[in-house]
Amino acid sequence: MIRISDLSYRIGKATILRDISTELPKGALTALIGPNGAGKSTLLRLIGRLEPLQTGSVSLDGADLASTRTEDLALRMAVLGQQTAIASRLRLRELVGFGRWPHHRGRPCAKDSAIVDEALAGFALGDLADRFIDEISGGQAQRAYLAMTVAQDTDWLLLDEPLNNLDMAHARALMCRLAELVRGSGKSVVTVIHEVNYAAAWADHVVAMKDGRIVAQGTPHEVLTSETLSMLYDTPVTVGTHQDRPLILHHV
Amino acid sequence: MRLLPAAMLVLVGLACASLTIGAASISILEASRDPWAALILMQSRLPRTLAVILTGAALAVAGVVLQALVRNRFVGPETTGTAESATLGLLAVTIVFPASPLWAKMVAASVAAMLGTALFVAVIRRLPVREVMLVPIAGLVLSGVIGSVATFVGWQTDLLQYVNGWLLSGEFSGVLAGRYELLWVAAAAAGLAWFAADRFAILGLGDNVATGLGLSPASVMRLGLAVVAVVTAMVITTVGLIPFVGLVVPNIVARIMGDNLRASIPVVAVFGAVLLLACDLLGRLIRYPYEIPVGTILGVVGAAIFLWLLYRRPAHG
Ligand SMILES: Nc1ncnc2c1ncn2[C@@H]1O[C@H](COP(=O)(O)OP(=O)(O)O)[C@@H](O)[C@H]1O
Ligand SMILES: [Mg+2]
Repeated sequence: MIRISDLSYRIGKATILRDISTELPKGALTALIGPNGAGKSTLLRLIGRLEPLQTGSVSLDGADLASTRTEDLALRMAVLGQQTAIASRLRLRELVGFGRWPHHRGRPCAKDSAIVDEALAGFALGDLADRFIDEISGGQAQRAYLAMTVAQDTDWLLLDEPLNNLDMAHARALMCRLAELVRGSGKSVVTVIHEVNYAAAWADHVVAMKDGRIVAQGTPHEVLTSETLSMLYDTPVTVGTHQDRPLILHHV
Repeated sequence: MRLLPAAMLVLVGLACASLTIGAASISILEASRDPWAALILMQSRLPRTLAVILTGAALAVAGVVLQALVRNRFVGPETTGTAESATLGLLAVTIVFPASPLWAKMVAASVAAMLGTALFVAVIRRLPVREVMLVPIAGLVLSGVIGSVATFVGWQTDLLQYVNGWLLSGEFSGVLAGRYELLWVAAAAAGLAWFAADRFAILGLGDNVATGLGLSPASVMRLGLAVVAVVTAMVITTVGLIPFVGLVVPNIVARIMGDNLRASIPVVAVFGAVLLLACDLLGRLIRYPYEIPVGTILGVVGAAIFLWLLYRRPAHG
């Protein structure tokens, strides 16, 4: 479980996050939703210790973030940021291989390369493994970063808009893969999702943020209502159901 | 083709040539019987060859580390104010503690070089990320400013001759046994970079990725700056400023085999040694028995390679 207590965050004079306290369940797929600028990325970066905490605290399965060594945290959680423009000229296999660094710290063994191969195959990158990342498409690169994150093989995965650049088929495949990691391997996933229907279809827990605050949280049925979503995005939203899951109609 | 063995073979060939060629006509094959030949070989030819190899390898490795640290391919240790800062450090210690031992001078030069390079990193952090070409320009401006300060201080204190020795184009004709051994320190620093290669490669992926993988970007940065600073300080105090090796060699190698530094650093080192030794030999042969400083040769050869790399860039990205 990730426990967040009294978390606030400021950049200069602007308050980005205000008094956030919540718990993100272990062994579940949690979706963070909310309009642009709500503070979702900031919250995820703070949990992922990519930014230092200012006030409040975060604990990961009981371990306080501020007092746990960063190399130990790397064995417990993997973070994929929103902007991952990587300028290095690496082959996909090498890039994904760096996901194993926290485990082998420079001395990879057979198990590491097996996990890397599996991650590449899991994101349909087997054929591209020996290509350089500056020689593939944006969607393929996004899948490579995801494969690297998954190869880190941590209990927790924090993903910021992982569906960026992915086409319909790969987006569905990714959500399916994440759900499988949660149900099959007992991992916990926290992911910022832009398209609420993916949250509706796949999430176990939904956290809705606006203006640096959490405005609603709970199961998809509890949070993804027409009332909450219309308020959240300041635009009229209709919610139906499809296969017992909410279906959000917001595009017309 | 196996790149590394092939490059090593070329290096061995060049090294043999370098042992044979020089103003004094001796036969190195006679060295076991002819004491005069043995003296020249051990006191001059071998030290010079080793000095060139160590310098070329260390500078190229410093270049690849620097490029990973700043995530920009258009910089080298000679365009980031590193050498000029080392010079300032040497000047300071020479003026304040004229009698200080050599090691103290080297420490001062290295620390100053590190501070200067850190200043460069701090400056470019404030530049817009997309403007890749602003980074080398900022480096050149910073080098210019620190270099003028060093020149001014040297001029005021009658030490200009030393400043020029450190900052004008480098050459190896003065290398003798006993006068090049600091370059082993530079080579050791480059060796350290190879041990930490994965860390530099990961930092090259960005601070966020590095943090996510459990590294501290700040401490990897400090280690990298230390490597670059020590290499640069040792090279300029021993042979003077050697341009282009740290800039073009990492680019050539990255184009061929990418940025997986664990695999590429040995290749970078050998390529650096090959380039510098080839240029040094050229400098010795063009006006034989007179010499053209290797820095001058590199100014031409290195600039040509760099322009070629720039021109070819869009084809590969
Ligand atoms: N470096 C920064 N400086 C100033 N404001 C920032 C910075 N980064 C983010 N913000 C602001 O913080 C708020 C939250 O940003 P973010 O967490 O990225 O939102 P989200 O991911 O929900 O779209 C936004 O209003 C954004 O403008
Ligand atoms: Mg965001």
